Amino acid sequence: MELITPGVGLIFWTTITFLILIFLLGKFAWKPILESVETRNKEIEDALILAEKTKKEMEQLQSDNKALIQEARIERDAILKEAREIKNSLISEAKEKAKLEGEKIVSSARETIKNEKVAAVAELKNQVAALSIDIAEKILKKELSTDDKQESMVKTLIAEVNVN
Amino acid sequence: MHRSLTTDMIRNIFFFILVLISQVALADSGHVEHDHEVEFDAKETIIHHILDAHDWHLWDTQSDNGEVHSVSIPLPIILFTDGNLDVFMSSAFNHGHSKVVKGDREYELDHDHIIETSGKSVVDLSITKNAATLMIAAIILLLLFTAVARNYKNGNLLPKGLTGFMEPLIVFVKEEIAIPNIGEKHYRKFTPYLLSLFFFIWLLNLLGLIPFFPGGANVTGNVAVTLVLAVFTMILVNVNGNSGYWKHIFAPPGVPLWMYPIIVPVEIVGVISKPFALMVRLFANITAGHIVILSLISLIFIFKTAWASVAAIPMALFISVLELLVAALQAYIFTLLTALFIGLAVQEEHH
Repeated sequence: MELITPGVGLIFWTTITFLILIFLLGKFAWKPILESVETRNKEIEDALILAEKTKKEMEQLQSDNKALIQEARIERDAILKEAREIKNSLISEAKEKAKLEGEKIVSSARETIKNEKVAAVAELKNQVAALSIDIAEKILKKELSTDDKQESMVKTLIAEVNVN
Repeated sequence: MHRSLTTDMIRNIFFFILVLISQVALADSGHVEHDHEVEFDAKETIIHHILDAHDWHLWDTQSDNGEVHSVSIPLPIILFTDGNLDVFMSSAFNHGHSKVVKGDREYELDHDHIIETSGKSVVDLSITKNAATLMIAAIILLLLFTAVARNYKNGNLLPKGLTGFMEPLIVFVKEEIAIPNIGEKHYRKFTPYLLSLFFFIWLLNLLGLIPFFPGGANVTGNVAVTLVLAVFTMILVNVNGNSGYWKHIFAPPGVPLWMYPIIVPVEIVGVISKPFALMVRLFANITAGHIVILSLISLIFIFKTAWASVAAIPMALFISVLELLVAALQAYIFTLLTALFIGLAVQEEHH
């Protein structure tokens, strides 16, 4: 059967052709093509890895920001609380002070009033005394306006002394 | 993307319908002579079409006196006889009607075999139709893939145009054939060979399906061609076989010693039988496809009526489309099995 008998000529030419083809394709086609495809795959992979890394960094940054905001909020609350406390203590202190001051004022006023009263009473006494002397003077002047009256007076007084 | 793919497919289908129509037309013109003069012999015609030839037959013409002349492309005849190298063109044989005399040697063409009339043994190294097709295929592949490689020049990594079409095929061979079968560690060394093998077989299969020049040669359906391809694979596998590979052949692990006389010869036969199966599989598949298509076309001449084409042509079309699939499939299987055998030879032992 010729169909299944390999011919020497065709074996020879197939070997030559295929060897040359393997060599030339390998050198001028497969090498540059496979290298380029590999380089591209690597670049894509690198880009993907970079993107993933960037994403993680962003997440990290975001969570950092969140923590920062949280911290700031806590600090603000603390400051506010402190301020409120200071305010309260200031107010209460002021109140205390005002109260003391008031009491002081009141007590000094009371003292002054008391002194004024004493002075007024003393003056009143003086005036009353002066008035009384005036009145007594006027009465005496009137009682001793005549000689008769002076005489009776002296007599009364002598009488009184005699009693003693 | 999706649309252009569909239009490409439609264009391809139309192209192949065209090809098939021309195939039928050519087959028709090729057999007129038989119809006229002698009884049409389907078997002889089919075998003639499947076998190699010393010239590239294009068509026949018929002169006024009823003589039939073949029009063909002459191919170089290279012969070694008794240490003499004789080179001449196949046209010198005048389609087998003339003898060629070179020195003391006289050659004649007998059923496309060159014999020396005085009975000297002739080594025929002619560039036959199949050898010429091999070279044409090699040139097509070189032009095609150097063009693809040029796309990547100057640091351009984006596949465009032709490269966009070819690159997935290259990557397919690398990632679906080479890596899974050979493994990440060794595949780099063998991928160029697998790529050359895959595209060479595929293109030759496709050229074989084209019924006229520059196709029409049943190259991968020729046992000499598949023999060489299989031998290349066999050499590659055995040259790269590691100690584990040879141990599996001469001292199979887990086999009791008294079984060695049976197992070792079987393993040694396996070294030959694996590439032998490669050789026969490709040869038989492609040849079978050609025989079926030619048989269906022959129906028209057997029944001697054009009406037979009503049945024969749709069936031949169907088989031809099937052969397109087989062309790619056989290239894939040959390459896949080559990768598998290489993988078995280079794999690390893990027991």
